[in-house]
Amino acid sequence: MQRGMIAAILVGSVCAVVGAFVVLRGMAFFGDALAHTILPGIALGYLISGGSRDVLFWWALGTAILAALGIGAISRNAEIKEDTSIGVIFAGMFALGIALISTVKSYAVDLTHFLFGDVLSVSSHSLWLILIFGGIVLLAVFAFYKEFMTLSFDPILAATLRLPVGLLNNLLLALIAVTVAVSLQTVGVALMVAMLVTPAATAYLLTNRLSTMMILGAILASLSGVIGLYLSFYLSIASGAAIVLTATVFFMLAFGWKKTRSA
Amino acid sequence: MYPHTHHEPNQPILDVSHLTVRYNGQTGLEDVTFHLHAGERVAVVGPNGAGKSTLFKAVAGVLTPTSGEVKIFGSRPGGHVCIAYIPQRSQVDWNFPVTVADVVMMGRSAKLGPFNWPHKRDWELVRHALETVDLANLAQRQIGQLSGGQQQRMFIARALAQEAELMLMDEPLTGLDTPSQEGILNLLDRLKKANVTVMVATHDLDQAESHFDRIMLLNRRLVAFGQPGEVLHAENLLKAYGRKLRSTSDGNIIAVDDCCNDENAN
Repeated sequence: MQRGMIAAILVGSVCAVVGAFVVLRGMAFFGDALAHTILPGIALGYLISGGSRDVLFWWALGTAILAALGIGAISRNAEIKEDTSIGVIFAGMFALGIALISTVKSYAVDLTHFLFGDVLSVSSHSLWLILIFGGIVLLAVFAFYKEFMTLSFDPILAATLRLPVGLLNNLLLALIAVTVAVSLQTVGVALMVAMLVTPAATAYLLTNRLSTMMILGAILASLSGVIGLYLSFYLSIASGAAIVLTATVFFMLAFGWKKTRSA
Repeated sequence: MYPHTHHEPNQPILDVSHLTVRYNGQTGLEDVTFHLHAGERVAVVGPNGAGKSTLFKAVAGVLTPTSGEVKIFGSRPGGHVCIAYIPQRSQVDWNFPVTVADVVMMGRSAKLGPFNWPHKRDWELVRHALETVDLANLAQRQIGQLSGGQQQRMFIARALAQEAELMLMDEPLTGLDTPSQEGILNLLDRLKKANVTVMVATHDLDQAESHFDRIMLLNRRLVAFGQPGEVLHAENLLKAYGRKLRSTSDGNIIAVDDCCNDENAN
């Protein structure tokens, strides 16, 4: 339980900070697609390692970065509309993942694990990986804060200031990919987008500054993690779902508060 | 540091020769040639789709010319950080969680370089820029809380913080009430003293005539470029606007343009 709690707080914070850019740049669908697209990678790792869960992080990380840069390249290609091409690739890869996992006899249990996460079974090895890679993501956002903010607010300004726009865009995609890999065990593939978007969106409703939005989002996500885990324990419901539901309640409250204030 | 190109002395601030821009099979600009002197204020007028934004983006080095050349102080715009492109207000996400001071500080991003956070000098420059445009008291407001004229002045402050020598303003006056328009035009007058070169896309021929040194009449091609008196006569206007011109009962000629009516309705 304690390890699970720490993992939920770490993952929630990283997701909320990166999620601020996902929300502001309208990349929620990209985040959802990215999370689903890594399933075949995890499945392959799972088959090759014979069921060991500790190596899966590396498979998730590799697939996520490949998928993020791949989707990024697709969205620059104007043949088909961006969301359509992402939709096609994302569903196809997801299906491939399910097909691969279903070749194992006892696949239902493990598939559930990948889809919805199981933060309570996180090993101390996994916790270290979450800490290290989550830390790298936060450091990168801190180091390139003004560049990411400028690029997200006004891409033409970023270009006229001669910031390396293409490089920064790809870096941001890679950071989202690492975040997805880090979060895999906590909420799983299917609920990932909620961790990326919901706490950040709640914070967006409550503040007027990007830095505050990130910190507030991290606090809200951590709270959701802790409260969600308690709920899952006492009500015996799935941990990932409990965390996401708690975050959703926070969002509804913030939304309602904002509506009554502006009315 | 991010790449900066140094200025070649004795070269015009902007030299455009035979600039042609095509995209998606359509011609945005065709064989446009002109040059500007430092400190000049130029109004760029022309109907919708005349290529005003395209010209600005090509000059800023954001859009690559299909053929021809843009030169800033003797070299391509790609390395210069002295060009500020001020977007149309309708192109901006006004709900973005940033304060007025944050946006103005964005203009410092290039000079700061990677891994650097704003120093005291940068905040002083930002404050000074905000004082110049009379927004110092609103520095900590979220940008969506500003009026249209204040939003436009904030972007001018950002260009000042960027230490821009060439400002390209895409329809800064569109959709503003008369006092706000006067505020912007007065501000442009003050910029002239700082030797900032300004190109302003506008639809208002009267303002173009009364507030700018030269007028550029654009309709994909350069129709005319010179002092207001030389440029604004019926033959040129007909060439630029074609049937979009209408004479009013008091003998004036106005350019009828669908975009601006839409914008004013907002």
